[in-house]
Amino acid sequence: MFDIDALLDSASIVVCCGAGGVGKTTTAAALALRAAERGRKVCVLTIDPARRLAQSMGLTELDNAPRAVDGVDPERGGSLDAMMLDMKRTFDEIVLTHADPQRAEQILANPFYVSLSSSFAGTQEYMAMEKLGQLRATSAWDLIVVDTPPSRSALDFLDAPQRLGRFLDGRMIRLLLAPAKAGGRGVMKIVTAGFSVFTNVLTRILGAQTLKDLSLFVTSLETMFGGFRERAEKTYRLLKEPGTAFIVIAVPERDALREAAYFVERLGEERMPLAGLVLNRVHVSTVEGLSVQRSLAAAEQLDESEESPLTAAALRVHADRLSAAARDGRMAERFTAAHPRVPVVRVKAQSTDVHDLDGLRRIGAELAD
Amino acid sequence: MSDFPSVKLHVVTGKGGTGKTTVAGALALALAAGGRQVLLTEVEGRQGIAQMFDTPPLPYEERKVAVAPPGRGGQGGDVYALAIDPEAALIEYLEIFYNLKRAGSALKRLGAIDFATTIAPGLRDVLLTGKVMEAATRERRGGGRLYDAVVLDAPPTGRIARFLNVNAEVAGLARMGPVRQQADSVMSLLRSRRTAVHLVTVLEEMPVQETVDGVAELTAAGLPVGGIAINMVREPLLPVAALSPAASGQVDTAELSRGLKAAGIDDAARYVEGLAGEVSEHAARVLLEERERGLLAELDRPMYELPLLTEAVDLSCLYELAGQLAEQGIA
Repeated sequence: MFDIDALLDSASIVVCCGAGGVGKTTTAAALALRAAERGRKVCVLTIDPARRLAQSMGLTELDNAPRAVDGVDPERGGSLDAMMLDMKRTFDEIVLTHADPQRAEQILANPFYVSLSSSFAGTQEYMAMEKLGQLRATSAWDLIVVDTPPSRSALDFLDAPQRLGRFLDGRMIRLLLAPAKAGGRGVMKIVTAGFSVFTNVLTRILGAQTLKDLSLFVTSLETMFGGFRERAEKTYRLLKEPGTAFIVIAVPERDALREAAYFVERLGEERMPLAGLVLNRVHVSTVEGLSVQRSLAAAEQLDESEESPLTAAALRVHADRLSAAARDGRMAERFTAAHPRVPVVRVKAQSTDVHDLDGLRRIGAELAD
Repeated sequence: MSDFPSVKLHVVTGKGGTGKTTVAGALALALAAGGRQVLLTEVEGRQGIAQMFDTPPLPYEERKVAVAPPGRGGQGGDVYALAIDPEAALIEYLEIFYNLKRAGSALKRLGAIDFATTIAPGLRDVLLTGKVMEAATRERRGGGRLYDAVVLDAPPTGRIARFLNVNAEVAGLARMGPVRQQADSVMSLLRSRRTAVHLVTVLEEMPVQETVDGVAELTAAGLPVGGIAINMVREPLLPVAALSPAASGQVDTAELSRGLKAAGIDDAARYVEGLAGEVSEHAARVLLEERERGLLAELDRPMYELPLLTEAVDLSCLYELAGQLAEQGIA
């Protein structure tokens, strides 16, 4: 039994993760709205919401700060703020916080910085975690619900802080810093014999100017490294604190469930608190007693006698739904057989896309049911 | 006649969950039919091709994964597969162009690739697309296997323009030098009539929106948009005239009741309300799909439709999908 309401009433951070295209953003928004209407002060951090869902939550401006969502029932004293992550702006803000104005300007203008801060691989994951840390630090909310980036692998965001740490400690960085430290005359001034082989190769691959830009970038970032790593580690610790809960989201399809299973195992290894699995888009039928076989046979009989095409169609719609429901049920059972201790809540397939607060409310109610 | 007779490199993208890898696999099979040699590549380290063709994980090596059905000439073709990873591509690149095999391994030990991926993903993308280009432009005289077509299972729609537009990505970093040259030659293949970027979608709001945005971004970057593959299409079950009323909840329950009785279901009353609800939801879904299909049609690109498969996609399904793609003229 997955008690969503108990979780929403007590958690301080809920992280929604799962493969791309499984409804993470919608689930995160529905959870946040429900928590707010149960009386908590909630902020939802979304990464890449569908346009109309974003509009319904007032997310029309990308200003990288939470804004109040209109239309939330305030009766129980709660509130809902929402924001959409602006990856580059979050990165720029870190630079501006950690470097003096002149150095910050140099960093922001460096082509390597521009590439790094606006690219998707890794940066988005890290910036989502960074933003979570920032929001949490203000203590303005009882609960923060985070939607994770649509990564190739849902695990990327867990690895991002460590990857950044490894990166900053890496030998490459030290090698690139060496010439600058040896007098700032650029990488072409060779320091040691071993190093010369290395720079020669890099020069041949990258070209001298590019290598110089890279070296300058790494050098100018150096002062910020300590701060960077500290923040990454702090956010990582935050994810392990009591009060943080992970929700894995999937749909009853092989690939999405494989990703979900992988995620569940990984969270276990990292000792991250997993609350449960939300299974979206599950087909159900409420018409009992009319089996697939009986429906199809009846539909065929109507076809043959050329009677009531509407009824024949209705019977086929029903048979389709029953088959889909049976298939979804099997997929869910397989997951539970492999992970018996993970609570699962199912959300039925919606006939239309959700893009208003009422739709989110309905999903919230289903989640808690 | 194929819709893309001049195309050698087929890039397949799509939002997560739309079945992009499946469509890429089916397209490779369709292109190989009738005795042609096709290479199917992936660049995201997911081993999606191996899973699809039910083979052990692919190394950095071109392996035969499937035999295509014989065409009119009676000859079957072959699908080879290659999982491209940036490290191996870099080492190979250094070896070929600079005769620097040892330096490549040294860079790998230093974590240079990890570094490059973190700090400048554009550089990694040049390596990945560079390898695809190499396979697509091979000529006779000992340059490895020759292919009639290369299919790339590419990154998702949200990232595709950026991934392919290596030139712009690298331009800021390297104004000249070898990386820039490599990016330029990749770009000239990608922007030519020998390349087509196909987008896979399903008839739902967000994937369609991403497809529309993706087409705009590709066009703005001067990259040739190929076809739109609509995946997981469901058969229409209701008569067209019944759709709109049904979607707004008007289902003739008296008619249902009569119909059920005519079909020998005597306890019809038990089911009528439930069935009417299901019909109504189905109709709403169909109308939404029609709207989305209309948005895709406005893109004015060739469209291909693939049916929703009720069971998990296995190899035999892939042949079926390949047949449908070929019939609709993509290959």
